[in-house]
Amino acid sequence: MTIYGVALLAFCFLVGKITGTLLGAAIGIDGDVGGVGFAMILLVAGNTWLKHRGGLPPATAGGILFWSAMYIPIIVAMAAVQNVKAALSGGWLALLAGTAATVAGLLLVPVLSRIGRPDLPQPRADD
Amino acid sequence: MIELVENVLIKNGLLFAFLCVGVVMWAAFWVSRNVLGGKIPGVALAIIAGLALAFLGDKKGLADIPLFAGLALLGGSMLRDFAVVATAMGADLDKIKTAGLAGVVALGLGILSAFFIGVGVAFAMGYADAVSLTTIGAGACTYIVGPVTGSALGASSEVIAISIAAGVVKTIVTTVATPLLARFIGLDNPHSAVVFGGLIGTTSGVAAGLAATDPKLVPYGALTATFYTGLGCLLCPSVLYLLLDWIMA
Repeated sequence: MTIYGVALLAFCFLVGKITGTLLGAAIGIDGDVGGVGFAMILLVAGNTWLKHRGGLPPATAGGILFWSAMYIPIIVAMAAVQNVKAALSGGWLALLAGTAATVAGLLLVPVLSRIGRPDLPQPRADD
Repeated sequence: MIELVENVLIKNGLLFAFLCVGVVMWAAFWVSRNVLGGKIPGVALAIIAGLALAFLGDKKGLADIPLFAGLALLGGSMLRDFAVVATAMGADLDKIKTAGLAGVVALGLGILSAFFIGVGVAFAMGYADAVSLTTIGAGACTYIVGPVTGSALGASSEVIAISIAAGVVKTIVTTVATPLLARFIGLDNPHSAVVFGGLIGTTSGVAAGLAATDPKLVPYGALTATFYTGLGCLLCPSVLYLLLDWIMA
């Protein structure tokens, strides 16, 4: 049943959020440290485990895949409710600091991507 | 009569938001295909249209207009995080494992580079006290790290406002620049997406930028980005502040 998938997703989400909040409290932050990340790892691990046992029934998986497909529309809605005026009101300092920090991060992507990439040196034969 | 119709739409705000986003996405994909010949992806166009529409409102963007208040629920953090977790269904555990170390290094370096660039820009613009410098540096991490750090250290509200603005600028620049620069920085596989998420860290920017680049990469980037804000809130008001305080004194 579709609701089983939605419930499973909600379970992973809440367990992750609770883990993140407890971790935050443990290190003295009023907030959630990596809650979404823990939830994702839980879902990926659970999904991999189930795959070896025949996988989720299609209707159940559908309950999760629906929300996965709703992701981009949700991002569009999120873009429409951003405080874009604040981004401009901070003046040149905010514009410069935000842009420079982003550009630096983007430029570091190819440098750090070399770490631990097993398939980089030799050409791949299988695809 | 118009008032009656408007009331129905306001009462059913979330459903009206589904309709609005559907129309925006349909229009964006139509323009992308028929006007721009597919050169700019429809998703990127739809997100930019969303940002443009946000100018019609104020603090909460378009959701400040009562008719569009439902967008705040659809685009709020609860449903966003729920959908981000759901994208993990398409993620491959082995690919996450091989990128794990690179992701952790990216997280550390991402916070340090953003922080010190923010501090550098603030210093160049005349700020010289450790509290203000730290707060603006924290804002260059994400728009949550900035105010959390600023209020912990007792920064002025003007400085906190600048730190929030710097973080919001980062989110928007990431959203717009990622699809344009993806090819040049090799952002076309799960491994570099994990690194990208750790380096940039703004979950909304990373998610939107990757969605516009290649939706398959979203779960990998989001996975690391979600640790960034928490780690930033941990490091900025403590170790990094003490370090700056020591340098300035």
